[in-house]
Amino acid sequence: FFQYCLSGHPTLPCNVLKFKSTTIMLDCGLDMTSTLNFLPLPLVQSPRLSKLPGWVLKDGSTFLDKELKECSGHVFVDSVPEFCLPETELLDLSTVDVILISNYHCMMALPYITEYTGFTGTVYATEPTVQIGRLLMEELVNSIERVPKSQSASMWKNKEVQRLLPAPLKDAVEVSMWRKCYTMPEVNAALSKIQLVGYSQKIELFGAVQVTPLSSGYALGSSNWIIQSHYEKVSYVSGSSLLTTHPQPMDQASLKNSDVLILTGLTQIPTANPDGMVGEFCSNLAMTVRNGGNVLVPCYPSGVIYDLLECLYQYIDSAGLSNVPFYFISPVANSSLEFSQIFAEWLCHNKQTKVYLPEPPFPHAELIQTNKLKHYPSIHGDFSNDFKQPCVVFTGHPSLRFGDVVHFMELWGKSSLNTVIFTEPDFSYLDALAPYQPLAMKCVYCPIDTRLNFIQVSKLLKEVQPLHVVCPEQYTQPPPTQSHRTDLMIDCQPPPMSYRRAEVLTLPYKRRYEKIEIMPELADSLVPLEVKPGISLATVSAVLHTKDNKHVLQLPPKPPQPPASKKRKRVSDDVPECKPLKPLLSGSIPVDQFVQTLEK
Amino acid sequence: MTRECALLLPRVCAALADPRQPGSDDTCLEKLLDWFRDLAEFDPTMKLVEDNPCLTEFIASVLALPEPSPSILSFTLRLAGILAASENRFQHLQQEKLLVRLFGRDGPLNSAVWEDASVRSGWVEGVHSMMHHQPALHFLCNGGGIDVIFTLQGDPSLFVASAASQLLVHMLTLSVESETTKPPSTKDCHWPACAQMIIKRIEDSLQSSSASHIEWSLKLLTRLFGSCRATWTEVLWLGIAKQIESFLTEETVQAQHMLVNLLLNMARSPVFCDTEGNFWALVTSALEHLTPVQAGPLAVGILRLYKCPQDVRIQALTVLLQPMDCILRAASQPLEYAGLLDESVSDPIAVESLLSSKSSCASLLCQTLAHLEELLSLILLPVDLPYTSLLRSLMTILQFCNGFLSPASPLGSTISRILINCFRVQRSALDVLAALLERKRYDTLIGSLFDVLLAYLESPNTSPTVLKKTFQATAKCLVRLQELSYSNSQWQQAEKKILEDVFLVLQKRLCSPCWEVRDSSLEFLTVLIKYLRDKDEFRQSLLSSEVPRLTENLLEDPESYVRASAVFAVGQLAFITYFDPESPVIGNQYNKENTIAKLQEILSTDPEGFPRRAVIRVFTKWLREGCTGQLEDTEQFVSRVIQTVEHDLDWEVRLGALELVEVFCIHTICQLGLPKCPYAPVSSAVTSSIHQNEWLQIFCRAKLFSFLFRSLCDCDKPVGQKACKILLALRGNFYPISTLKDSQEAGDSPAGHGIAWLQRTLRQGSLAQNFPTDGGNGVDFQDPESMVLALGTIDLEELHDELNKSSDHVEKSPQSLLQDILATVGTIEENEADCY
Repeated sequence: FFQYCLSGHPTLPCNVLKFKSTTIMLDCGLDMTSTLNFLPLPLVQSPRLSKLPGWVLKDGSTFLDKELKECSGHVFVDSVPEFCLPETELLDLSTVDVILISNYHCMMALPYITEYTGFTGTVYATEPTVQIGRLLMEELVNSIERVPKSQSASMWKNKEVQRLLPAPLKDAVEVSMWRKCYTMPEVNAALSKIQLVGYSQKIELFGAVQVTPLSSGYALGSSNWIIQSHYEKVSYVSGSSLLTTHPQPMDQASLKNSDVLILTGLTQIPTANPDGMVGEFCSNLAMTVRNGGNVLVPCYPSGVIYDLLECLYQYIDSAGLSNVPFYFISPVANSSLEFSQIFAEWLCHNKQTKVYLPEPPFPHAELIQTNKLKHYPSIHGDFSNDFKQPCVVFTGHPSLRFGDVVHFMELWGKSSLNTVIFTEPDFSYLDALAPYQPLAMKCVYCPIDTRLNFIQVSKLLKEVQPLHVVCPEQYTQPPPTQSHRTDLMIDCQPPPMSYRRAEVLTLPYKRRYEKIEIMPELADSLVPLEVKPGISLATVSAVLHTKDNKHVLQLPPKPPQPPASKKRKRVSDDVPECKPLKPLLSGSIPVDQFVQTLEK
Repeated sequence: MTRECALLLPRVCAALADPRQPGSDDTCLEKLLDWFRDLAEFDPTMKLVEDNPCLTEFIASVLALPEPSPSILSFTLRLAGILAASENRFQHLQQEKLLVRLFGRDGPLNSAVWEDASVRSGWVEGVHSMMHHQPALHFLCNGGGIDVIFTLQGDPSLFVASAASQLLVHMLTLSVESETTKPPSTKDCHWPACAQMIIKRIEDSLQSSSASHIEWSLKLLTRLFGSCRATWTEVLWLGIAKQIESFLTEETVQAQHMLVNLLLNMARSPVFCDTEGNFWALVTSALEHLTPVQAGPLAVGILRLYKCPQDVRIQALTVLLQPMDCILRAASQPLEYAGLLDESVSDPIAVESLLSSKSSCASLLCQTLAHLEELLSLILLPVDLPYTSLLRSLMTILQFCNGFLSPASPLGSTISRILINCFRVQRSALDVLAALLERKRYDTLIGSLFDVLLAYLESPNTSPTVLKKTFQATAKCLVRLQELSYSNSQWQQAEKKILEDVFLVLQKRLCSPCWEVRDSSLEFLTVLIKYLRDKDEFRQSLLSSEVPRLTENLLEDPESYVRASAVFAVGQLAFITYFDPESPVIGNQYNKENTIAKLQEILSTDPEGFPRRAVIRVFTKWLREGCTGQLEDTEQFVSRVIQTVEHDLDWEVRLGALELVEVFCIHTICQLGLPKCPYAPVSSAVTSSIHQNEWLQIFCRAKLFSFLFRSLCDCDKPVGQKACKILLALRGNFYPISTLKDSQEAGDSPAGHGIAWLQRTLRQGSLAQNFPTDGGNGVDFQDPESMVLALGTIDLEELHDELNKSSDHVEKSPQSLLQDILATVGTIEENEADCY
């Protein structure tokens, strides 16, 4: 049992598990927080951004002023945003046999792995994961590619130079590993390697292990995985939720009796209760709109947005907001809204039953029908004709570095009537806002993270009782900003084993048994003797036959017959020759009896 | 007993004793017993049984039944007990051998029906009822009844067990007080026989090893000391004190928890509380030996006493405050704050271990907080609490609960871990906080207290109920702050900042998707305006925020409770925005006419009752405070409201409108001059008729009279009563009592005919249906002359008495009860006839 930890981000994991003779990659999350060090990519020329002063070193050197710009005391790289890839040097990734994907947020690094490392294996994921993952990738590629940037900064990455930079650039890790975004052909090639699976489907890997996806309750098609052999069971829990939102509820029972449970993807904001945050979101939204301001919600095109739209559907009439337009702008907005309605089998029970009525499972269909919610691929085209204020705009990307959101930040940032409400928990909202400072617009942080919190985790662990728990090191201590909150860490017995980026763990479990089948003819020939009440022994002489990681005991070949003809001889050549069997002894020698016998 | 009842009773008895009848309705039987009890108490002689031989016959015939139904048997036992309550009737029933067959060894006691709890309960109640004289006492004691009652203390039915214990107390008291001329004293300890039997059994069970027997006796003693304050109780106590004391220290007997109520009842009895020494030493020992959870109720009980030695009181206070002290110590650096308690008097180990356990921490804290709230709610508190430390401790608890405190000690970390997001503790702590603020002014801590409260108000994790309580505490706190800032300019600055923060968060909460939150936000706003509307700082902060506009928006909220609260809030807001001449200049956004129109629209169209009731109450308040403008405006206003409400389906709205009318009448009469108090009748017949005319004309124009007379016949009684009260008061202004008689004859004028009709109609109570809208039937409700005549002619007193009779006054009579019972029997007879 080995685990290679390729990502240090607890909610965007990438681990490789060596188990029996297989090499299994668990998720390949892409850490996009690196983009926060870059300047935003404006859709239209932004005089403010283009006039930012270059950064000058303390000694007056200006050689970096083309690459680095200063804005309100922060320094940003003026270049195409780059992402921090999972570790690629820890092991040869071409040896990875399969990749298991748990949800669409955790597959964003897939093209980097499948297209650059010589990977020849198979990727397993559920259908919604693939479809929505594709949308996320498409949006990402689209928002970066449509604003081409001629310049590419690399000088600042030089280790000697980086030391001189101000924080946080100085402390950025593995900058040499940062890569530009992949392209659409690479996305397509990567996705073509995916094989679709359904919940509870058992997939054999080389006869050695069996993997099974289970519903994890977090997003459409999100799954936890069980990796098991005949005598060992590893559960991989990543991004799970026990709340009643749109996806199918989490399957906890199947996680029982695990020898090892790898636990990742817990909530990133353990102190914020999602219900309270939704209330906060609605209150702030209504307050802004009633005061004549606009609301900007930076978000991913799928996931929490469905739940938010559902809450708003119930809320807008009661809050007197029926006349306020809601815009959803994303190159994949249309597909996202439509896909969500067709994955009925992946939805929670309530939504599934609606399909039989027949009604669309999500109420955003009605919002669209009644013209309360309008969606556009981008701000260009139809949107500019329909645009009315005050309004509410949902658009990406939540990092505020690319996508249509950049335009709205520039447009609305100057007025204190407007509000930007952060609902995605992946990025620090203060860091996201840094290149837009000074900002008059109100900022509200309502992170909605439905993934497991620590109370739920401790209940889950009590329920499923794994022998060992393995988790990112962040979960074994209170959050750095709230060191007194000892309730915000995993509390279990034995204490969890923790990992960090670029570490190799030997999982605390030894394999002791292997299953071997006995052929019926051989079994017939056995004569068990009862040595103790309830325990019988028999000696076995057989040939062990191993193929595809399956072991079978077969009858030993008969003693060679004298060759009758040439033809027969050739047949018996294949089997090794065996001498007649000798009786076998077992157990300890009864010394007294033995000596007496000898004396005789 | 009336003749009719006496005639009905034999048939009823026969019916009840008839085994073919189905079990009678229990409530009927209960009512019947109540009636017999009244009759028996009223006349203790033999008359009742002599005049109604059917009663004894009934008892005998039930006893003769082979298998009486449990409910009838239980009824019979109780009836016999009621009858036997007087010595005469007791002897009579004895002679008939009924009592012994009912309550003796050969009665139900040893038959199969005893299995039924209602029979056992009837037996105990019957005995209790008869236990008013010595013959009854002896009858029971000699017949072995005491043993039965002792056993019944452990009855599976809690009602029976409790009644048995109560009965023993009653018998003991009766025996001691009736069977001796001189009650036993410490010197001469001679108990009468029956009492001796009971006391012996109490002593035996206290010494037994059976936990249940000990429990019964302790319960019995608790009851005895709670109800009997005679000196002989001390003699009894001296015999058992040692034994009871041993329960505190002996671990083998689990009786500690039973001692709390016993000791408290004793402490309240003058027999014990005045004694020096032993008893209070036992209380002190109990406070030491009981677990913190058991000792809490004892401590709070002691602290409520006015007569109590000071050292015991201090000890009790120590026990009560210990959890709060532990919290304070666990949260702070050593020596940062003095704890609540002096370390030498408290041994915190037991409390600390309870607080660091997940299962007991929250419940111990909630119990302590509930006790504190109970103490703080007393008007006169016999003990001085360490208010400042208490407040600090409460703030610490609240901060533990929202995870805002990083504790310095390991105990603190454990407690904080347990308490985070514990709503129960949050709610209790906020309740105590509100009670504390009611009681005491805090100068130094108020700033940090606001920080804690604001954190709760702002946090999206605060649950709606906790938020509501936070609002209540904040409102109290703001009122206190205002008192402080009167005297100190430094506080004025702080107040301004705090108010800004409060309105900012209120603004957000008013937009919450959760209706409970919107509702409690509006309630909070209403309270704030009520208490702080005269403060300039407050008014400025309020009017410069978005709160007033958001509040008006909520008049259209989809939730009716929220609309109602919004109406109240807008009603209060109006005192600042419209009615105050000194109100700061505000834009056109606050338009008085618009607001009134909006409220009137709610009154006439809102489908739910709550908002409509709220509007009426707001209007009444405005009128009471004289805010509706000059008299003519007011007249139109009231008239409009009356016409809107007249046909409202909700009687509370109509009643509210009558209150408005009442205030309007007072207001008008006062404004137009004499007399000052409208309810005092004018002194002579020659009161200024000019004034009268003026009022009359106003009232007629406002269509007041048609509304009042129609309300007299309202199908909901409170409305009729209120209307009658108002009309009576009005009449008092027109007809001094001396002149009333003469004018009660309606003349032959056309108006007179109309009034006669009105009078007839009112008697039939049918006005509401046939009310003439167009002055038909000759009554012109807008004609002052007719109305004066009507007031004088109609017998409002008679109407008033009629309305005050309860609606079931006919059905409640014993005769009706007997008829009811017979009626159910009647149906059986009819059915029988059908069978043939």
